[in-house]
Amino acid sequence: MYRLIIALILGCIACPWLNAADDPLADDPLSLQLGVLAQTKLTKMPAQIEVLVALNDSRVVPVLQAMLDGRLYRRKSDNLLFIGVPGDDKSLAITNPLGGSETTVAPASDLSRVAVNNRMRGQLRLAIAQLNLASEDEQQRFDAAQELLGDVSPPVIALLNQVAQAESSERVLAVVADAQALAALQQDDALIRLKAVEQLTGNLQPVVLNALQSLTALDAGGAPLESDPLVYKRALKAIAGIKQEAEFYSSAETIFFGLSLGSVLLLSAIGLAITFGVMGVINMAHGELIMLGAYTTYVVQLVLPNHLEYSLLVAVPLAFVVSGLVGVGIERGVIRFLYGRPLETLLATFGISLILQQAVRSIFSPLNRSVANPEWMSGALQLNPLFSLTYNRLYILVFSLVVFFLLLALLKRTRLGLQFRAVAQNRAMARAMGIRSAWVDAMTFGLGSGIAGIAGVALSQLTNVGPNLGQAYIIDSFMVVVFGGVGNLWGTLVSAFSLGMANKFIEPVAGAVLAKILVLIFIILFIQRYPRGLFPQQGRSVD
Amino acid sequence: MTISMSAATSTMSMDTRAHKNPLLLPFAQDSWGNSLLFVLVVVCVLVIVGNLVVPEGSALHVPTWVVTLVGKYLALALLALSVDLIWGYAGILSLGHGAFFALGGYAMGMYLMRQIGDRGVYGNPELPDFMVFLNWQELPWYWHGFDQFWFALVMVLLAPGLLAYVFGWLAFRSRVTGVYLSIITQALTYALLLAFFRNEMGFGGNNGLTDFKDILGFSLKADSTRVALFVSSAMALALGYILCRWVTRSKFGRVLVAVRDAENRTRFVGYKVESYKLAVFVLSACIAGIAGALYVPQVGIINPGEFSPLNSIELVIWVAVGGRGTLYGAVVGALLVNYLKTYFTGVLPEVWLFFLGALFVLATMFLPGHRGNTAAQAG
Repeated sequence: MYRLIIALILGCIACPWLNAADDPLADDPLSLQLGVLAQTKLTKMPAQIEVLVALNDSRVVPVLQAMLDGRLYRRKSDNLLFIGVPGDDKSLAITNPLGGSETTVAPASDLSRVAVNNRMRGQLRLAIAQLNLASEDEQQRFDAAQELLGDVSPPVIALLNQVAQAESSERVLAVVADAQALAALQQDDALIRLKAVEQLTGNLQPVVLNALQSLTALDAGGAPLESDPLVYKRALKAIAGIKQEAEFYSSAETIFFGLSLGSVLLLSAIGLAITFGVMGVINMAHGELIMLGAYTTYVVQLVLPNHLEYSLLVAVPLAFVVSGLVGVGIERGVIRFLYGRPLETLLATFGISLILQQAVRSIFSPLNRSVANPEWMSGALQLNPLFSLTYNRLYILVFSLVVFFLLLALLKRTRLGLQFRAVAQNRAMARAMGIRSAWVDAMTFGLGSGIAGIAGVALSQLTNVGPNLGQAYIIDSFMVVVFGGVGNLWGTLVSAFSLGMANKFIEPVAGAVLAKILVLIFIILFIQRYPRGLFPQQGRSVD
Repeated sequence: MTISMSAATSTMSMDTRAHKNPLLLPFAQDSWGNSLLFVLVVVCVLVIVGNLVVPEGSALHVPTWVVTLVGKYLALALLALSVDLIWGYAGILSLGHGAFFALGGYAMGMYLMRQIGDRGVYGNPELPDFMVFLNWQELPWYWHGFDQFWFALVMVLLAPGLLAYVFGWLAFRSRVTGVYLSIITQALTYALLLAFFRNEMGFGGNNGLTDFKDILGFSLKADSTRVALFVSSAMALALGYILCRWVTRSKFGRVLVAVRDAENRTRFVGYKVESYKLAVFVLSACIAGIAGALYVPQVGIINPGEFSPLNSIELVIWVAVGGRGTLYGAVVGALLVNYLKTYFTGVLPEVWLFFLGALFVLATMFLPGHRGNTAAQAG
């Protein structure tokens, strides 16, 4: 039913577009010239490309790009041009470069590839850049200018000079100026080189660093290749500046990785913080509840293969319900008979974790399953050439904080939360006040388990999903909870992020495994000094 | 309160005969344990006769693989015994006891590695194969001395004992108890697992130590050596059992039970609780080390997998199945569960984890055992 509705909605959106694409393009000059291109001989091709470029039509870009990549085909029967993507068993999925929308599959023997030679490749690249630089879209012009950075061939310089005259966007102009400066580094005039170096100072592109480094390189005799001492000095200064920036961004990257690891730890530990902190129950099956959440994501993607973009939105609530229900089942079936016996609870839940692991192994096979990242989760946010944040880690970081604060609000602001806290503080008194403590226990455990399921959805976006997924996180989760102080959600937050950071900062120095060992040893020693963690629960009790 | 009282009275009403002769103390009023020792002696005799005297074709012949398998079980039973000593009598649930076992095993493994001499793949008389493979030029300092059997034996006791002493001294002094202790013992074995996986540690990394040739000059492949190892394991188990029983029945042992049932009350009465716990923890670690040292020559390999937290938790369940705080229960539980493990992993491998998991749940929910230490962890 759900799939039907989505299909209908998509159909409605797509329809008008489809109709527009059906319009004949017979009178289009581009269509005409493409027809000519299809019949042009290889030797006459450059001239015909000139003609196409002169049309100044943005639709030419994909055609030229396809030609450059060797994806442009001519249909033998009617001499029409198509952009083709090779499929299985000698077929091609072909698209009309002007119509755009209809993709048909044709046998490869019906088509012949439009041949290009090396000289034309240079011409095509330049033509594409030229057309893109003339585009209406500022971003496209910017990207095109970035592409040209480091290319110092005369036609490119000529093009850049031309663009520098016409361009209005500051952003694009800056890139063009940098590209011109890179070319100017080759000039004989020291003053021009000096200006170029000054222009390039502060640019973080690797191309710039390379150019500056080759400028300041030493020849065999130990003397710098750059003859002018002032240019040499400035270039060295510029390199030092770039290196300093690079160092800054590399530590920024470490911080980001630390935060990312912290968010994963937070997500996996926060459910445990509830069951352990509020109820005093050691749930060794917590890792397996995370695993169930990850497998729920896998199943959702299996059932809805065509709606990958929405799979996570479906998986999050579903994983909460699945893991939550299993959690309630564990509480009602086993744990409630073991209250007040934490060590026995630990062992019993460990048994449950083994059963869940083997169940998953029997149902889904012991092999790892890969869960796909939806498009909005893949890729990276490129802040500058040296620093980018991958979207999946960024979203998970945000997601973990959202889950944390929702949970905090639930505990502090709702009636259910009040009951949780009452039972956690004084079970007997809470019961005397009319709170059904058994029901609260089941709900607490279900909540903690459900959050484990949500953590599983997030983890499925970072690692492979397999039966051992849970085991990998259980010890870390316990460390986070114990380090932060049992029964204190803020403690869990602080501890997750500080352990994540500590791990990532030690890693470059000591290596990943040793970093982990050092953190473990640190926690063991820390617990000796502060047995109740960073933020111990207030109150006195003695047995 | 009632529980601790009953525990106290049961230990108080010791057989009067035992008080007259302290040597008989461990054997008094323990028909299960005495039967166990008796069975051990009988099995030993049967194995010696059945494997070495009875000819191969006979129906009464005990094949060598059975000798080795049962010998392995006996080493594991000794390990279970060490866990019961601290969990059953002092209320310390260690989820990292496999670490002490593995350390003892590595100490023995290092001795066996040095005995290979120049018979390794690379034929280097000084360096074990994996070091040659890693391009190491000389033996690391901590490998020196392991060519001597007595030194290896000392290390079998010293390495786990020292680790237990340092760890226990830190943990008990700052009164880390209950589940906190369980979790950090688990972290301890996990950290060691990661450490021993590293090639740089010089313990063979991932592959561990293997390809052993002989022990004290006797080939490990010979039937007589196998039987000797079996008998050593049985003897170690019997002696370990008698030692544990003697300890738990001494005054020291009775204080331990008091610690288990009400740690703070014992402290307020005036006992130095942490010293008692530390002493029994170190003793238990040493026993676990011996178990490891007996285990390694029989299975022929020691690798970092022995440090895995799963192993340590699994051995706790052997004790729980047999009945915690009984000593003989630990032995019976270890033998039973390990036999079932061999059986299931051979016949129905996919069922084994279901079975083990169910065993964990059922053993903790239904099987008898001391439940007196709950109050100590509630605070």
